[in-house]
Amino acid sequence: MGKSSRRIPEINAGSMADIAFLLLIFFLVTTTMDTDKGIAITLPPYTQDSEVVPSIDRNVLEILVNSRDALLVEGELISITELTKVTREFLTNNGVNPNLSVSPQVAIVSLKNDRSTSYDIYIKVQNELKRAYNELRNEEAQRRYGKDFEDLANKYQKVIGDVYPIKLSEAEMENIEGAN
Amino acid sequence: MAKFRKDRSDEGQNINTASLPDIVFMLLFFFMVATTMKTSDPKLKIKAPNATEVVKLEKKRLVSYILVGKPTETWQPIYGSSPRIQLNDLISEKEDIITFVELEKAPLPEELKQALTVSLKVDSEVKMGIVSDIKIELRKANALKVNYSTKQGKVTE
Repeated sequence: MGKSSRRIPEINAGSMADIAFLLLIFFLVTTTMDTDKGIAITLPPYTQDSEVVPSIDRNVLEILVNSRDALLVEGELISITELTKVTREFLTNNGVNPNLSVSPQVAIVSLKNDRSTSYDIYIKVQNELKRAYNELRNEEAQRRYGKDFEDLANKYQKVIGDVYPIKLSEAEMENIEGAN
Repeated sequence: MAKFRKDRSDEGQNINTASLPDIVFMLLFFFMVATTMKTSDPKLKIKAPNATEVVKLEKKRLVSYILVGKPTETWQPIYGSSPRIQLNDLISEKEDIITFVELEKAPLPEELKQALTVSLKVDSEVKMGIVSDIKIELRKANALKVNYSTKQGKVTE
């Protein structure tokens, strides 16, 4: 043992740890951990002429949020926790109630808010609407394929997406109350 | 047993550190994979709202960031204390957004230009007026895929 180590000297690996630590600390300092998450939406293309605001009829769920962050859905003051339920009822009506939508395919959710509405409540509303659609899509996907919407292949996602298309109309901002 | 005792008495006990580099390298690779490079120094204070129905932003190359919020205390003497827009490292006006989107789209191959996603990192206390102005500018710039950056978590009243 002693003889062979004299002939081929071992490389001193003692500083290997130092080098690795140096690299580790460099990466710890220059990188961030957070993966970005968020609510994905698609904006409508820009048109020069003023947007056609869907007229008030049974296929439009009208949501107004005022500058004090109060929520008015179809003329009724409701709390944010009820929004998912109301949206679901509206979408899955299938022509039963004469005031609600004829079918989910033609149902439009119209969202209007004031310029001084807070971003916080806006995200909450977006979140609740998205939740209503996601729940319905998941139920439909479970019924047809026995899987959640997220786990389906693209072409099946499209099938379910056509059953419950997300039609969200955000009208040009206006001062609902005329203030500010 | 006798021999073992003899060794110990002869020289001080040495801890074997041969596997230390392996351990550190393992940590290093973990951090290299799990983290991303910091892109810019935020000049704005942003506390994103919570949401539950979130999707992950993938393909970092196709994501551009627009930050909206109040300037941090160090930047308040320069930029004031009302909410501002930050594009990359610069505090900008909403009119700059169209140019910004063009610049972000320029290095992308033609077929991916439409896939550019704009991540809006907005402070939860900001009013909707400024956000809606940005949305209109984004529509003009034909950057229609938008992601409202939120934290994943329970939505509190």
